Amino acid sequence: MDIIGFISKNYMTIINKTLEHISLTGISVLLACVIGVPIGFSIVNHKKIANIVINIANVIQTIPSLALFAFCMPYFGIGRNPAIFALFLYALLPIIKNTLIGIRNVNPAIIEAARGMGMSKTQIMLKVEVPMSISVIMAGIRIATVTCIGIATIATLIGAGGLGDLIYQGIGMLNYPMILTGAIASASLALLADFILGICEKQLTSKGIVRQEKA
Amino acid sequence: MIILKKICKSYNGKTNVVDNLDLHIQKGEFVVLVGESGCGKTTTLKMINRLIEPTSGQIYINGEDIKSKNKNELRRNIGYVIQNVGLFPHNTIKENIATVPKLCNKKDEEILSKIKYLMDIIELPYEEYAYRYPRELSGGQQQRVGVARALANEPDVILMDEPFSALDPITREQLQDELLRLQEEFGKTIVFVTHDIDEAIKLGDKIAVICDGKIIQYDTPEEILKNPINEFVESFVGKDRLWKTPDMLKAQDIMSNKVVKVYGSRSVAQTIEIMKKHDTTVLAVVEKRARSTEKLLGIVGSNRFYGIENHETKMKDIMKTDVVKIPFDMPLTEVLNIRKEKKLRHSPVVDKEENLLGIITNTSILNVLSQIVPESEEY
Ligand SMILES: Nc1ncnc2c1ncn2[C@@H]1O[C@H](COP(=O)(O)OP(=O)(O)O)[C@@H](O)[C@H]1O
Ligand SMILES: [Mg+2]
Repeated sequence: MDIIGFISKNYMTIINKTLEHISLTGISVLLACVIGVPIGFSIVNHKKIANIVINIANVIQTIPSLALFAFCMPYFGIGRNPAIFALFLYALLPIIKNTLIGIRNVNPAIIEAARGMGMSKTQIMLKVEVPMSISVIMAGIRIATVTCIGIATIATLIGAGGLGDLIYQGIGMLNYPMILTGAIASASLALLADFILGICEKQLTSKGIVRQEKA
Repeated sequence: MIILKKICKSYNGKTNVVDNLDLHIQKGEFVVLVGESGCGKTTTLKMINRLIEPTSGQIYINGEDIKSKNKNELRRNIGYVIQNVGLFPHNTIKENIATVPKLCNKKDEEILSKIKYLMDIIELPYEEYAYRYPRELSGGQQQRVGVARALANEPDVILMDEPFSALDPITREQLQDELLRLQEEFGKTIVFVTHDIDEAIKLGDKIAVICDGKIIQYDTPEEILKNPINEFVESFVGKDRLWKTPDMLKAQDIMSNKVVKVYGSRSVAQTIEIMKKHDTTVLAVVEKRARSTEKLLGIVGSNRFYGIENHETKMKDIMKTDVVKIPFDMPLTEVLNIRKEKKLRHSPVVDKEENLLGIITNTSILNVLSQIVPESEEY
């Protein structure tokens, strides 16, 4: 099992696959943020709708990943698009859920003070709710990213590329160094993403707020 | 300045939490709404800045119906301080104080100098505290910032909802004193909600005692203490309350109005009869005036009769005229001091026209004392 040998011979492929993997998860998580955070904000005051949304997202989360990828194929064909859509769906739940929790945890007295001082709804959202819940929202994004990096290794099965290519090809060829390289690369990617997002979370959170551990 | 007219508020369409409430608040007045928890104080207060809309009735500020105004603009011109402070934890002290002026797009330099000025006033020096966060401040300091934030946009009106009730007693006292000082300095119209009658008495120019959404009595603290309108107010205020605020006790509160009088034209013989009848040796000598008032002329004691042969001698000729006349509104402590200093035993109390109102003796003081000492305690 000569991993070093394998890596040194195939480093261009490995880098390409890693970049593919990053773009797969990156695009899905980004989409999930752009859509999930506003959804979280818009449903926070409607308990019923919020529950329905959370339930739907929970159901999606329970679908085995392979099945979800398969479900997406009839609509998106094969390749990157169905994979990105499926990963996006996976990322949505933790992001919406944490956005909801984050905003709900904002002390109502502070919102009342904000209203009493004459802040509009938008001002309250941008100047109070977002900064006060950003660490919880960021924690959701972190969970989503790490989950997606793991699940994205299956995307190879619908032809989306990524580090899964190495793992599944390796399995087929009984090439253990290849399998290990794919697995280690994806695990390191997850750790690295978590680390970097952790730094972002810290930077974005005001020093006035004691950071809550993951909600 | 602020007028609440026939205000009702109902949450369920049946019972009125605030019930046909009328309240007039003058400019610069410090009005305290006081009452038991759940009586509708907060609801009343929040209707003034439209955090709650009344079910019926009107509220005017400076003659304008507040319904005709934009909610947010209205609120930016009304300071608002709440019990749980409500400072933005993610903002520094400086940013917190700047909140409303920023919403109003005031100039940065103007805001900065205002912040510095206010931080100076609340005794949190700018250099030391401007860039701290609320959680790095004590509860009392936080609430000072809350007050500064409410003052920052120079509102005419400030609403305060139990702002000090979460603080320890010593800090609370301090902040109350500071608030009074600020009120002196800025002359803002303040509407202050509390369930603590002591706080109400200490702070208010006027107190509105509220029960079940109605104002039971709206008066100065002094009037509320001395002349509670009914038993509810009396028990709410507490019988022994007056003694906790001795500054409010005046000569007329400790005098006895059962003073035995004699007209100046009466003779010694007649006076001795009166003394016997009332079992006393000292009388107030008076002269009849219009509208059943009597001017105090002097005091006469039976010792004055010694050696007087002529029993027809009139009182006004032998009475003691250089008596110390106590004005009715002289504070208790001053009365006690004068009595001690001049070794007085009988001090007549008079109104501005020197009409006799009553008399202060050691017995009258003791009587008042015994009425006010809490009944429940036994000695
Ligand atoms: N949003 C609400 N919905 C229903 N009832 C309410 C609401 N807010 C207050 N109440 C009721 O109105 C009454 C007065 O409340 P409040 O004005 O907060 O009293 P206070 O400030 O004097 O303690 C209470 O009985 C309370 O339960
Ligand atoms: Mg209240």
